Amino acid sequence: MERDYDIVIVGSGAGGGTVAQELAPLVEHGRRVVVLEKGPRLADHEFTGVELEMAQALYEQGGGFLTHDGTMTLAFASAYGGSTVVYTGTSLTAPERVIRGWDVPGLEHADLLRRSAKYAEQNNVHPLEQSLINDNNHLFVTGGRKAGYAVEQFPVNVKGCRGSSLCNLGCPNQAKQGTNRVQLPRAEQAGVEVVTRAEVLRIRPDRTLDVRVTAKAPGGKGAPSEWPPGEHRVRAGLVVCAAGAIGTVALLFRSDLVGRLPRLGRGFTCHPALILVGEHPQTITNDVGHPKSYFVDRAAAEGFVLETCMYFPFVTAKSLTGFGASHSAIMRAFPRLQMILLLACDRATRENRITVDGAGRPVVHYRLMPDTIDGLVRGTRAAARILFAAGACRVHVPAEPPLIDAAEAGRIEQRITARHFRPGTLALSAAHLMGGCAMGRSPTDSVTDAWGRVHGTPWIRVADASLFPDSLEINPYLTIMALADRVAEAVRADV
Amino acid sequence: MVAASPATERFRPIWRAVATSVVPEAAQLGATEWAEVEAIVTGALAARPARTQRQVALFLTLLDWLPLVRYGRRLRALDGARRARVLSLLQRAPSLLIRRGFWGVRTLVLLAYYGRPAAAAAIGYRADPRGWDARERADGA
Repeated sequence: MERDYDIVIVGSGAGGGTVAQELAPLVEHGRRVVVLEKGPRLADHEFTGVELEMAQALYEQGGGFLTHDGTMTLAFASAYGGSTVVYTGTSLTAPERVIRGWDVPGLEHADLLRRSAKYAEQNNVHPLEQSLINDNNHLFVTGGRKAGYAVEQFPVNVKGCRGSSLCNLGCPNQAKQGTNRVQLPRAEQAGVEVVTRAEVLRIRPDRTLDVRVTAKAPGGKGAPSEWPPGEHRVRAGLVVCAAGAIGTVALLFRSDLVGRLPRLGRGFTCHPALILVGEHPQTITNDVGHPKSYFVDRAAAEGFVLETCMYFPFVTAKSLTGFGASHSAIMRAFPRLQMILLLACDRATRENRITVDGAGRPVVHYRLMPDTIDGLVRGTRAAARILFAAGACRVHVPAEPPLIDAAEAGRIEQRITARHFRPGTLALSAAHLMGGCAMGRSPTDSVTDAWGRVHGTPWIRVADASLFPDSLEINPYLTIMALADRVAEAVRADV
Repeated sequence: MVAASPATERFRPIWRAVATSVVPEAAQLGATEWAEVEAIVTGALAARPARTQRQVALFLTLLDWLPLVRYGRRLRALDGARRARVLSLLQRAPSLLIRRGFWGVRTLVLLAYYGRPAAAAAIGYRADPRGWDARERADGA
């Protein structure tokens, strides 16, 4: 089946959803705009908060996408709203020094700030009311300040948060203001079509897209696709790729663009993360309340960021080092656990990149660099200090043995060392997937210009985190929206 | 047919031996719960490419026979302490391939055990979509 559109947007997350909203006024002027989303559109009642069920429904490979060497899990969503369905809504603006360091001609920090403010307002970004903050977060503040760290509160994009703690499984109360709640419904109201379960396999040089629409599996979650299952051919005047760092890069590889874009897939970064756990003598509120309200930003000085977090039984279990009785003992202490998420600030390197295999599936090559390992070690030590300062009787970290009692709190430096941070012995995961279609000057240093135009193929644009030339060092979604806003502005000017 | 599935006679004993070492509480599971665990592992393997399934099958076979060299018995026939020692060695093996294999199997066991709502409840996990309202009602606040 063949269809015609003026603009095709691939992906509906922070980038695609934003572009859809910003291009929606073109529909009134007779332009046809469609969003093709690989994942399903779930009804409100389908967000149950049940761990495996929701992970299977919302995440690519159920949340188990692995890097090529199998040592790190990459978590990203595949659903109407993309990863904005499954993040915690933390909304920070890009640091000035980071944008300066990217050195992209035509990209100014002040411009990103202005656009970020627009989306912060649209998505109701604000610090959560103190009455809704749980013990897990309060303990981070207390421990962090006692240990000498500057603790800051996250602005979050929630409206009517009931404190389910289930943000990463999709908010069951529709409180989180992702693109699935704000930008996409607005775009659809204005006449933009959104087609779910529609995977773009390839963009051809004649501006046609090969699209595969999959049928809803029996018993699965989500509505059937808006188009009939099968192969479709879509003719496009202009294509905006916003399928996320991995999806967009893989699509451009499958479209044979790598010959003209030697930097395609290069410069992948991801904030490798560890979950660190402290056990308190008393029960605390941890699995109720918004999970992520505070953070400590040591990115510039020490290469890490610490954030409050609370995960579900399986994710917690797999994130702990070891197995057997000691592992079970920590799991049985679940109601007394305080959790901290450690994000290491990695740098774009030559080795870390995205490619595709023979079948066109994305392959992420990632190796921990010595600087990143140092960031993980420093961050783990800092987290342990905070957990002990908050009153934890023992902490669980990558060490041998992994449990450190409060009596040993003075020996953190000796107990937590780089030799325990070997790939394949750590439960590393990452959810901030960045780079691969970096903005820059020319094909020799980048894939697009500062407005997301692909070098040499200006009818293809990129509007997602793959545009980042290097790590953002903070939670990226507001910056993705700001960049997507720029891409949409350029598209409006060009069509 | 899912290679390495714990629902097959060939792989069930080794999966159970590993599962009860990784999560000692698994030894208390009844037939229905084991069936649930096996279904979760089988489902997770089925979602992976055939090549990955074959790699898991190969690793499990290796894992089962490796202790023969040192203890004269397969892993499935070892006592708990010896099994734990073997798995600890694999967890710290110099070869990334071996460490990766161990982590993969460990992850599948944890997925199947803690992914069951009954196991989540047993460790005191109480998250509820209704959040604070549900907690306050449950605690009688």
